[in-house]
Amino acid sequence: MSQASYRKITQEGLWNNNPGLVQLLGLCPLMAVTTNVVNGLGLGLATILTLVASSTTISFARHFITPEIRLPVFVLIIAAVVTAIELLMHAFFFELYHILGIFIPLIVTNCIIIGRAEAFAAKHTPPKAFWDALMMGTGFALVLLILGGMREVLANGTLFDHAHLMFGESARGLAIHLFEDDKGFLLAALPPGAFIGLGLLLAIKNWIDAQQVQRRKAGKTATTATLPVTSVSTE
Amino acid sequence: MQFETESFPKSIDNSRLGQLMREVLYALVPGTLLMIWFFGWGVISNLFLAILFSLSLEAIMLKLRKRPLRPFLTDYSAVITGWLLALSIPAFAPWWLILIGSFFAIVIAKQLYGGLGYNPFNPAMVGYVVLLVSFPVEMVNWFAPVNNSMASIGFTDMLQLVFTGMPDTPEWDAMTMATPLDTLKIGLGLDKPLAELTQGKSFGVLAGAGWEWISLGYLCGGLWMIYRKIISWHIPLTLLATLALISAIFWGYDASTHSSPLFHLLAGGTMLGAFFIATDPVSASTTPWGKIFYAAGIAFFIYLIRVWGSGYPDGVGFAVLIMNMAVPLIDYYTRPKVFGEARE
Repeated sequence: MSQASYRKITQEGLWNNNPGLVQLLGLCPLMAVTTNVVNGLGLGLATILTLVASSTTISFARHFITPEIRLPVFVLIIAAVVTAIELLMHAFFFELYHILGIFIPLIVTNCIIIGRAEAFAAKHTPPKAFWDALMMGTGFALVLLILGGMREVLANGTLFDHAHLMFGESARGLAIHLFEDDKGFLLAALPPGAFIGLGLLLAIKNWIDAQQVQRRKAGKTATTATLPVTSVSTE
Repeated sequence: MQFETESFPKSIDNSRLGQLMREVLYALVPGTLLMIWFFGWGVISNLFLAILFSLSLEAIMLKLRKRPLRPFLTDYSAVITGWLLALSIPAFAPWWLILIGSFFAIVIAKQLYGGLGYNPFNPAMVGYVVLLVSFPVEMVNWFAPVNNSMASIGFTDMLQLVFTGMPDTPEWDAMTMATPLDTLKIGLGLDKPLAELTQGKSFGVLAGAGWEWISLGYLCGGLWMIYRKIISWHIPLTLLATLALISAIFWGYDASTHSSPLFHLLAGGTMLGAFFIATDPVSASTTPWGKIFYAAGIAFFIYLIRVWGSGYPDGVGFAVLIMNMAVPLIDYYTRPKVFGEARE
């Protein structure tokens, strides 16, 4: 496997191979907690932290881990990291910890984390593994954030409500109330809202990609293919 | 595992499809007229807005999907969806409620799945259920059915109700009334005897006041559709017979807490569902035996939700959507043998 460039890693994590929108990994927490922005952001940050810590550790240890026992070792490292993060959240963000509940310990089972360990961190140097984990985690957190925002606006007419749970009392003013009415679209906060919302995000992402492909094709025929073919993402 | 899905309207040409759909609309007329008699201008505003929104959204989606407008807009399928949605929601529904319902029916349930012939779920029921789940307050605001109600709530009142919402005054409040199914659900939940509940003013001669006649209107239209061979008898007959059978069993077991089969057949959306919604050729089962299983399943879920479902007095919308999901499986196991195929 060739060593990927940082630029490529960034593109892959944020867009081309986004864990939430392309790999469709970690959908259980993705749909369950994104009833508002703050929950989405909270779980997103916890996932980034876990991913970065576990991927970097695994990358450092990659020469000592024999292929036969790699999965148990990965799981042990990830579990240790998640336990530490859970304890930290318990200590510093107690209310958010209660809201996210079971989904914090469940980060252990999030396929993104073992997926990146297996597919990337075990084969790359620590700086690259760190960057990959950060980008994949950010890509995932952005999807959580956008989906949480969509659902919060539709269901409650607010954005960043309960921000004080995460950023302290001074952040209470962050909450934006778009409409005061209690005429929110209740379905958005319920599980079907998560499925429909994610479906729409996927559709938008694919539509943008299709537009780009078309534009590239149009550009290529216009310049009679003098430009070198840009790298096509390989999964 | 990939199930083959049969889709009906692709196989016939457009003018024939339009004609079929037009006859379905004719069959809806008696029930709709009776509903206008009991609920007045509100039904007309519902119909007007729902059909307007459905057609507009259909046109916008066809444009976005780069499909020809004329054949799809003139096949009346969007009109039927709007019409059924309008009949399912309370009269004088505010305009935004109808817009959201039409959006989920036409854009999400129909066009995003590929348009007419490809939607696994009945569009009108998707719209209805989304509204029922999301806006419980607006969706239980039924006015009391009164004779010739166009005289009691006028045209200007309708405009006010639809565009600014219902004023929060006791006079308006007094005009709304729990539907018969609501009354039963709440009353039986409080352990009141059934005989006392059915003496209430929301009950009529056969079932619910007003509702019984509307249901009979749908029944007439439905029978005419069967006579004209627009729908086959399988789905409506099985649905009504199964519902009658299940309710008869419980009624026979304990008539003081379970309503009669006649009530279940004529209450809520049973008749509309049996003849006009469950028979939707796209989302229903296509094989003869499949239709029977499908309809029996709907009847089973209607009774289950009506009697034990928490919070929702009627279950026709949910029942139809649940069985829509089972259609590919039902069709797979009930495919008729091809002539000459050996018996296993």
